[in-house]
Amino acid sequence: MGDSAYSFSLTTFNRTGKLLQIEYALNAVANGRTSLGICAKDGVVIATDKKLASTLVDTEQVRKVENITDGAGFVYSGVGPDYRVLVRKARKSSQSYYLTYREPQPVSQLVKGTASVMQEYTQSGGVRPFGVSLLVAGTDADGTPRLYQVDPSGAYFGWKATAIGKNYVNAKNFLERRYQEDMELEDAIHTALLTLREGFEGEMTSQNIEVGVVSTTDGVFRRLTPEQIQDYLDEAS
Amino acid sequence: MSILEYNGAAIIGMAGKNCVGIASDNRLGAQIQTVATDFKKVFSMDDKLYVGLAGLASDVQTMHNLLKFRQNLYELREERSVSPKVFSNLLSSLLYEKRFGPYFIEPVVAGLDEKNEPFLSAMDLIGAPSYHEDFVVSGTATANMLGMCETLYKPDMEPEELFETLSQALLASVDRDSLSGWGAVVHIVTKDGVITRELKGRQD
Repeated sequence: MGDSAYSFSLTTFNRTGKLLQIEYALNAVANGRTSLGICAKDGVVIATDKKLASTLVDTEQVRKVENITDGAGFVYSGVGPDYRVLVRKARKSSQSYYLTYREPQPVSQLVKGTASVMQEYTQSGGVRPFGVSLLVAGTDADGTPRLYQVDPSGAYFGWKATAIGKNYVNAKNFLERRYQEDMELEDAIHTALLTLREGFEGEMTSQNIEVGVVSTTDGVFRRLTPEQIQDYLDEAS
Repeated sequence: MSILEYNGAAIIGMAGKNCVGIASDNRLGAQIQTVATDFKKVFSMDDKLYVGLAGLASDVQTMHNLLKFRQNLYELREERSVSPKVFSNLLSSLLYEKRFGPYFIEPVVAGLDEKNEPFLSAMDLIGAPSYHEDFVVSGTATANMLGMCETLYKPDMEPEELFETLSQALLASVDRDSLSGWGAVVHIVTKDGVITRELKGRQD
């Protein structure tokens, strides 16, 4: 980035103290498909709406929920291609961590690192901020389940439950009503699906959503298969 | 003249029952001449984490500072202490980074892990680690130290017996090495704390 003709940042303050590029990036996020996450006492679940432009699109090939380390995964709302860059960088940096320490990177460190990258793109020459907000699910160094949100500005927040993208306000209200401190992972998955269905345009099936889960029993982050998603959907009906 | 033998050192790490000991001699030399008799080569990174650095004295001190730097950053960022295993791997990575212009040290890591089980590792100057359940040695008298440890060591020693064994092994080894000696320092680390003792050996 530094060797281009642009040695100055494109993200600059306006008179009222706002960084408009970041505001606009947040707009791009708010226009993206809904994603949400819930942190239970024995695990974390993240899910997203995978509705695509046409029924002809092969939804199996589209990956929105991605593993970063064995124990942590991302999902996003916003601009897909920007997300893929972040996933790539995060995977590389967590492997680099493992190479130095021979210990898996804790999710809190993963979040700080990714947030730091996103912040750099708001203060470097010739680049624009990433048009995505991320939801990060994983277990921390001591095994506690954690859910984080990372915004285009590089700000990050720990959440008990949250939603981003289109319709996030309604989704968050729904979550506020349904969330309980001692929720178990299975309940959290059900609640996540119910919340996703609330704002869903058309019928929600195992083909047009993606769900990722990490449980404290083994600390491994996994995407649910369409069959597993179908089982949860069947139970919910 | 070998750079690793310029200053002289003798370090032993030894495991006991829920305790670990690490000891070093006190000599700092410039080849044949003794320059100091109180040169510390074993450093406490944490209550239950010790590192012994044998080799070129300049690199011993530099690496100690570098390790402290990295440990501090780790603990600030991760909000937890470094475990012996992670510390050992970090040290290994730091040494290999300088593969083609290495630090002239051969370190020993001794500590108690989260479950208060002994941890011992030793590595060469470019970071090749080896892990042992009984003892590790490093310095200019390794042949002597290995012989003494192999003879005197037995598993599951209590802290007091570990101290005796470690002390005897080190003192006898340095007496046959002109580059190490002038007394010793022995640390015995248990879950309840560390006991550090100075040994007076032959002052030559």
